Amino acid sequence: MRNLWQGRRIPLSWLLLSRQPVRLLVALAGISFAGILMFMQLGFRDGLFDASVTVHRLFDADLVLISPRSASSIRMAGFPRRRLVQTLADPAVEGVSPVHWGLMLWRNPETRLNRAILALGFNPDDPFFVDPSLSQKTESLKQKGRILFDQLSRPEFGPIADWYREGRTVETEIAGNRIRVEGLVSLGTSFGADGNLLTSTETFLDLAPQKPPGSIEVGLIRLRPDSDPQQVVERLQSRLPDDVKVLTKQGFIEFEKNYWKSGTSIGFIFTLGAAMGFVVGCVIVYQVLYTDVSDHLPEYATLMAMGHRLSDLLGVVMREGFYLAVMGYVPAYLAGQGLYWFVRDATSLPVGMNATRALTVGGMILVMCMLSALLAMRRLVDADPAEIF
Amino acid sequence: MPAVEIESLSHAFGQGEMLRTVLQNISLKIEPGEVVLLTGPSGCGKTTLLTLIGALRTVQQGTVSVLGERLDRAGRRRRQQVRRRIGMIFQGHNLLRCLTAEQNVQMGADLLPDLGYRARRDEARHWLRSVGLEDQMGKLPHDLSGGQKQRVAIARALAAHPRLLLADEPTAALDGATGREVVELLRRLAREQDCAVLIVTHDPRILDVADRLLRMEDGALLPSVE
Ligand SMILES: Nc1ncnc2c1ncn2[C@@H]1O[C@H](COP(=O)(O)OP(=O)(O)OP(=O)(O)O)[C@@H](O)[C@H]1O
Ligand SMILES: [Mg+2]
Repeated sequence: MRNLWQGRRIPLSWLLLSRQPVRLLVALAGISFAGILMFMQLGFRDGLFDASVTVHRLFDADLVLISPRSASSIRMAGFPRRRLVQTLADPAVEGVSPVHWGLMLWRNPETRLNRAILALGFNPDDPFFVDPSLSQKTESLKQKGRILFDQLSRPEFGPIADWYREGRTVETEIAGNRIRVEGLVSLGTSFGADGNLLTSTETFLDLAPQKPPGSIEVGLIRLRPDSDPQQVVERLQSRLPDDVKVLTKQGFIEFEKNYWKSGTSIGFIFTLGAAMGFVVGCVIVYQVLYTDVSDHLPEYATLMAMGHRLSDLLGVVMREGFYLAVMGYVPAYLAGQGLYWFVRDATSLPVGMNATRALTVGGMILVMCMLSALLAMRRLVDADPAEIF
Repeated sequence: MPAVEIESLSHAFGQGEMLRTVLQNISLKIEPGEVVLLTGPSGCGKTTLLTLIGALRTVQQGTVSVLGERLDRAGRRRRQQVRRRIGMIFQGHNLLRCLTAEQNVQMGADLLPDLGYRARRDEARHWLRSVGLEDQMGKLPHDLSGGQKQRVAIARALAAHPRLLLADEPTAALDGATGREVVELLRRLAREQDCAVLIVTHDPRILDVADRLLRMEDGALLPSVE
């Protein structure tokens, strides 16, 4: 350690950068811009995927049964309800609860226009919700024709939340049936659903009379605390016929995310946006470092004439790249945080900083700067010490 | 062992039709501690000779020994290591613009092997004092006069403890009196170190600082007039 400290040199890279504040600022602005762009694009991408599973996260279940024909939350197929009951035979299963799940046509009470809304029907006596305040609200759903409306739904469904808060009785129609808004919840929109509503099994079946009786879309299973969910999944899957698929709750969430990731080009578009940021950053950093090396070529040649090694000088350029990466990342990170906060505030999209993304963008910025430094270094080979006399 | 020993050195630039011989059959010897001046008309090949002695170019023909190393057989890496033991002073001062006087000199001292940071810094300060710039250590080249810059360059060249000092028209950018001062300083400090010096110059006012005067014309050395 002492030796390292004593062996240190004049911090040439740092001085080259810091004694040209304008160029340094341009470089840092470019890197930060690229970083912010990457944070934005990747944040939106992950945020959209996360938003697609807010409804999936509602339920406090360990395992989930779905039909193998279900493709995503907007195309859930039914399976026989007795499959859910059959799982009770397994000693690890503590309790089960069926959920109806499907899109319905909601009539905007103001404009009288219909629009598809995602409706969930569950047992109000045993709703399996993670959030206890939600479980309390379900009490009111025991009366027929009552629903809870997602106040984060798009405004096209009508000023439901405003009316409700004003104390008005909010009523409208779904498939010709009268329903009344009995409360508000906050879930948020996703790719598939512009709005959500929660209701009881009974009301749900009234609203969707075409559904075959005894068929459900989702079966929630709660396990005894000491059981291993993965083992139970395998056991149930082998015991039950293959008209159902057994998933862990995480598996259920991934099932939905995967649909949007692989079935649509949303992921690709945002990743492409992030890649654009990367390329723009590369170009800017390369420009800055290349001009820097070119401007100082006689000085580099002088150092070579004095007997400094070429590899030491290449190291100077590499270190410049490294310092730029570090100094450019900090403002990009802070601006990213600020933008996420802004987006969360302005939309209901659940975007936030997480360690993976912070590291990904940090890594991209580092690669960007080092790659540019590597390319700019080629210019250094042009420095001919014989030409400086 | 002489500091420099050259035997029938020839050098040409270009190829084929464009081939131009710049140095022809040059032989010379410089003893340790000797101060030698090289003069001659423009374009006669002085700088080319200097770059060959300074291990900055590959030798094409003839033998060149500098500080006991055969440069005509040395590869890139070998030449770089020889350069560490040669101090160089350029026509323009060639200081690093982003470094202070002290840091510039330390870039020279940094070439010394096995010396801690503080020792190298003290070395740099010592040489700046020797050239009379103890008050200007923290200044950037931009804020120094021409003579001061050239003195920093001398300090930088000496800070690596060279056994041979090469200077190409070190007074070209200076007025007569300052040029004379700088060259005298150079000679005095080199003497103290027992360091051989080869100065290329056009400046007639400094010819008398030399122990020996070499004249060149059209790529060949003229017989010396003692
Ligand atoms: N890299 C090169 N390529 C081709 N020709 C060169 C090169 N360097 C020098 N020359 C030529 O070699 C000849 C000698 O050049 P050199 O620089 O050694 O002269 P000099 O004696 O130092 O002149 P001056 O007093 O003007 O500095 C000149 O004709 C020059 O044009
Ligand atoms: Mg010349």
